[in-house]
Amino acid sequence: MTTQVRTEPITVNLGPQHPSTHGVFRMRVTFDGEEIIDVEPIFGYLHRGSEKLAEERTYVQVVTLTDRMDYVGSMLNNQAYMLAVEKLAGVEPAPRGVWLRMIASELQRIASHLVAVGFLIQDLGAWGTPLIYTMREREKILDLFEMLCGARITNSYLRPGGVFMDAPEEFWPAMNEVLDELPPRIDDLDDLLTDNDIIFSRTKGVSILTPEQMIDASITGPMLRAAGVDWDLRHRDPYDYYDQVKFDRPLHTAGDNFARYWVRVQEMRESIKIIRQCEQLIEPGPIRPEHDDVPWLLRPPVGDAYAAIEHSKGELGFYLVSDGSISPYRCHVRAPSLINLTLLRDMLVGELLADMFVSFGSVDINMGEVDR
Amino acid sequence: MIGLGLLKAMRVTLRNALKTPFTIQYPDRKVGIAGAAKNEGKSPVGLVATQPVTAAKAAMSLYSVPVNIPQNPRFRGNEFTWYENRCTGCASCAKYCPLGIIEIVTSPGGFDVQEGESYAIDVFDIDIGRCMFCGLCVEACPYDALHMGSRFERSKYERDALVIPVDELREALKQPSSWFRPQFEEREYDPFRDGERTDHYSVGRHEKPDQETLDERWVEER
Repeated sequence: MTTQVRTEPITVNLGPQHPSTHGVFRMRVTFDGEEIIDVEPIFGYLHRGSEKLAEERTYVQVVTLTDRMDYVGSMLNNQAYMLAVEKLAGVEPAPRGVWLRMIASELQRIASHLVAVGFLIQDLGAWGTPLIYTMREREKILDLFEMLCGARITNSYLRPGGVFMDAPEEFWPAMNEVLDELPPRIDDLDDLLTDNDIIFSRTKGVSILTPEQMIDASITGPMLRAAGVDWDLRHRDPYDYYDQVKFDRPLHTAGDNFARYWVRVQEMRESIKIIRQCEQLIEPGPIRPEHDDVPWLLRPPVGDAYAAIEHSKGELGFYLVSDGSISPYRCHVRAPSLINLTLLRDMLVGELLADMFVSFGSVDINMGEVDR
Repeated sequence: MIGLGLLKAMRVTLRNALKTPFTIQYPDRKVGIAGAAKNEGKSPVGLVATQPVTAAKAAMSLYSVPVNIPQNPRFRGNEFTWYENRCTGCASCAKYCPLGIIEIVTSPGGFDVQEGESYAIDVFDIDIGRCMFCGLCVEACPYDALHMGSRFERSKYERDALVIPVDELREALKQPSSWFRPQFEEREYDPFRDGERTDHYSVGRHEKPDQETLDERWVEER
């Protein structure tokens, strides 16, 4: 016998200090029973004014600010910024420096996806174990970064036209060891999660976004590829030397939470392939242009430049305007985390309370980048 | 089939549960009787005979030894290494610091350095409390006078105590990191293995010029 229970909408405030919001993010959610009927995202709690701060620093000093935007993808941020500076100042990068930064940014992509997968599974309620497994692998990659540039998170490794220091000799065997260990670990993740019935029932068919919706909202990255749109800037608009390496672009057609998770796991394998090829193609040579070509105080000609890369979260672009002085006149960041959040209401309305943070985690946002 | 995926997942968990932990205990780790005896410089039997209290503690996992974590040579540490004899007071480091936390005050008339004359450094304060260890100051130093340090245990109870004044820099442990100092890597110097480098000549990019060359360059040519 069932009885009809009359329910009233109830508004709940989640965050900004909430362990599941991946940072300081606030949502005002209206529930009807267990169903979400309205979501109002509120952000800006981590705003540090990076774009404004960049206006009073020299072009090299701004690297340190980009580290702190998406702090699980510092190398990728460095790369995007440096591409913009090189475009603006007309710097011809040194080949070995470019290969080194490709290797560094692909390693960073693996680390970033490991964090995304680990925290997504933690949001599902698998508290601890899968997260610690992914964090353990990420730790090895961070050790490699420490060997390269002396820091683990806030790297500041790249300079206009290359990198500041060549990789030490012991870096290459250490990196090969990590790359040999990674595929079995990713297989472990597959065994643990991808074939898991509980994960299936919790993530399949939840928060489906159609390709049309996402293209209208200019969402990029693994979210878009999870809906079957083959859009990867490394392939569509190759920067650095991505046109010289071969890699597949994993696609899924469902566009639900499971597809987003699956695409990230497969992309890690592709990144390993790319690093292996870079290792074959890299040659000895200068790692950055001569000081006369790229002086410490860069004074790019008056103009503007936009450069974008395929970040682990989507298209990350830097738009720089120069007035001929030593610091940028304007620095705008096209942050993938912020733009991928725009469809949050469409994702969540109609879903259940328990799936809310899973959908939120599957976007893989980083509040440092959303608020900047 | 429902349930097969769960069994596979359980297999992964079991396999990982049987492995030794990846975690490193810090700042100290608990050791048993054997480890305690090794730390005290005795055989296990000797430890039980001479120091029964220590042995009992070790048996109850109450005896701990400090753990030294070796970092990579390029590690950007929490302390700076500064060689006053190399420093000319040009303040390049202060200019290149993105946060402007290095304060330098010089007065004319110093002592002779490796080559030429120098200013006397009156104030060289680095505000570690605001430093983000990007290392741009070290990259900017044209005379290899300022290096990143290799130590990292520098927590303090007050913000004011985080400023490194010039006297502390003079007396600090000279254990420079090889960050942006390729000459260290050429000479295979590892701060965590080789310890201090107090000789200010050996940290530069060039060999020490002999007296004849110096005389020729600075006396005769003038």
